[in-house]
Amino acid sequence: MLLLIQYTLIFASVLVLVALGGCFSEHSGVINIGLEGIMVMGALGGALMMKYLPAGMAAPVVILAVILASVLVGMIFSLLLGVAAIQFKADQTLVGTALNLLGPAAAVVLVRAINTAESVDNVSSTVAYGQAKKSFIVNMGRFEFNWFMLIALLLLVAAYIVLYKTKFGLRLCACGEHPQAADSVGINVYKMRYAGVLISGGLGGLGGLVYITAGVSEWKFENGVAGFGFLALAVMIFGQWKPVNIGLAALLFGLFRALSNVYTGFDALVALKLPSTVYNMLPYIISLVVLVFVSKKSRAPKAEGIPYDKGQR
Amino acid sequence: MNKNSGKKESLWRNNGFQTIVASLLCIVIGLLVGYIVLLIINPGGAGKAILAIIKNFLYYPSAAAAMKYFGTTLVKASALLMCSLSVLFAYKVGLFNIGAAGQYVVGAGACLYFGLYLGMPWYVCLLAAVLFAAVAGGISGALKAYFNVNEVISCIMLNWIGLYCVNMLLSIVKEQSTPYTKSLSSTNKSALIPNLGLDKLFSKNEFVTIGVPLAVIMAVIVWVVLEKTKFGYELKATGMNKQAAKYCGMREKRNIILTMMIAGGLAGFGAGIFYLTGIEQWMVQQTSVPAMGFNGIAAAFLGGLNPIGTVFSSYFIQHITSGGTYVDKTMYCTQISDLISAFIIYLCGFVLFFKIWLNRILDKREEKRAADGQETAKKQKAAKGQKGGRA
Repeated sequence: MLLLIQYTLIFASVLVLVALGGCFSEHSGVINIGLEGIMVMGALGGALMMKYLPAGMAAPVVILAVILASVLVGMIFSLLLGVAAIQFKADQTLVGTALNLLGPAAAVVLVRAINTAESVDNVSSTVAYGQAKKSFIVNMGRFEFNWFMLIALLLLVAAYIVLYKTKFGLRLCACGEHPQAADSVGINVYKMRYAGVLISGGLGGLGGLVYITAGVSEWKFENGVAGFGFLALAVMIFGQWKPVNIGLAALLFGLFRALSNVYTGFDALVALKLPSTVYNMLPYIISLVVLVFVSKKSRAPKAEGIPYDKGQR
Repeated sequence: MNKNSGKKESLWRNNGFQTIVASLLCIVIGLLVGYIVLLIINPGGAGKAILAIIKNFLYYPSAAAAMKYFGTTLVKASALLMCSLSVLFAYKVGLFNIGAAGQYVVGAGACLYFGLYLGMPWYVCLLAAVLFAAVAGGISGALKAYFNVNEVISCIMLNWIGLYCVNMLLSIVKEQSTPYTKSLSSTNKSALIPNLGLDKLFSKNEFVTIGVPLAVIMAVIVWVVLEKTKFGYELKATGMNKQAAKYCGMREKRNIILTMMIAGGLAGFGAGIFYLTGIEQWMVQQTSVPAMGFNGIAAAFLGGLNPIGTVFSSYFIQHITSGGTYVDKTMYCTQISDLISAFIIYLCGFVLFFKIWLNRILDKREEKRAADGQETAKKQKAAKGQKGGRA
């Protein structure tokens, strides 16, 4: 049971972070389908940082450096979307998809190049970071507390305040609802949209890092992040683009994702004798069902997906 | 200057020509980026590696061997062509079918199950692949039409659900000792698509079947349906403006579902003509969706969203993907091709901007010429007037 809570919380943290990323981007008016690719790149940045940090550094320094690396890489990668979608008015779905393919491919190429450079026989795409990962975890009895759970919670609160209580957040939302109106009162729509995309890149990258450190101490980048970026988008839609609802939705989805990891610990579930693949499918099935119920009265930002053109009426 | 440049200008104005130029630019820039990445990884062999990717089967010195691997590339390209047609068909109706990958998986599962477990002949297997994949696509379509579920997200979810289901289903017909399904040639020969002598053209490559020409024929059919029929017109109208289509008496919900079913069927057909050649067995522990469907997106956009264009772009994408396996593996990895094709998709996002930019330059030039022309005409008139005055 304790294990289930632990996994639920950590997967929920991933989903909260990435879904908030999507939320910021969409409130500014840019659909970010590319979160999956951004997660992979962020994870890569964090993993490499953990790999190359000298052993024996103080835990807070390690945590800070690793987070910084993944956030930065995620932001830089999301700029690809920003430039194409905002400056060049490209189709946002298409560019996002390109990001999703580009992220894992680039990560595999890079990791393999590093591994092969270390030893010629090593053609795997795995990065090991067992040592550095320990600094994220505090053992409380049998419960493994991960600092990321706290960070995700804090960021959730911060996102709520930023979106609803600050000038910046309200302006951001205006750009996603009616960019022409926002422009007419002197808000720079392009700048706001860049800000939204960059924030989503940073949060997405951080989410990727949390995902790969959730249970394991090495990551094979060929696997990508198994559709988690899209699950996060489902969480965002289920949460109706509102931070608090996103947090609750993430907990629900996290629970189902955690079940596939730990269902063997529950006698009642084992007695059902379902194949393990059913549990693997569960989060995706649940998200489809949930989407059916909430999409009809969707409260998506009105101008999302439409490139802003100053000259357009 | 006048006549010649006038003709040239009209060529540059031509939309199709602009698309071809844009696609070629995407390819060149994509390859260049790939080359730069190779240079960064290891400057020593970068030139050789990028040549290996471009050459693909020409890597083999003997003509017979090259021909054989050309055949293999063609078989894979035909499956890719079907996936890209699937993406294209949906995109023309305003739907982004990222689920081609999942529909392809469902098609593969259906045809292998019918072939290996039920022992059906190839045409039944192929039909099963098309039908089951069409249902998978139809689910996304129905969710979009009735519940307003974003088709991109529902497609991705269905990709994973499909993958796990197919893995579960095909475990029944798996080899005892390996994670792969039994081979069709040893279990059920009748499920193999006939060659009709095509294998002889490609140095007895038995995987080259009538599937390859069938895929090209399908591309032509898709073009005819989209451009020359009332049905295709209705679908496109629905994609342009759902409300307007409804107002005109088209059943927009039915059209959306039908589109996704056709798109799914196309992807399933691709899976059928690939797996029913026996070229590859399904690995039932697969943890990621095959790249075929995602590469289909690249091919569809690189082909300028034209069914005939995708025939060439699919071949190109498959050509460099296969070529990636020939790079020197002590220095680089095969995924470099994936990186290049992913970057090409990214560049395709700029095509629209490129066209606008090109047209703007042409407009400016024409304006300038028109202005010049007026001036010279004025001068000529003035000169004539003077002459007339004198006479």
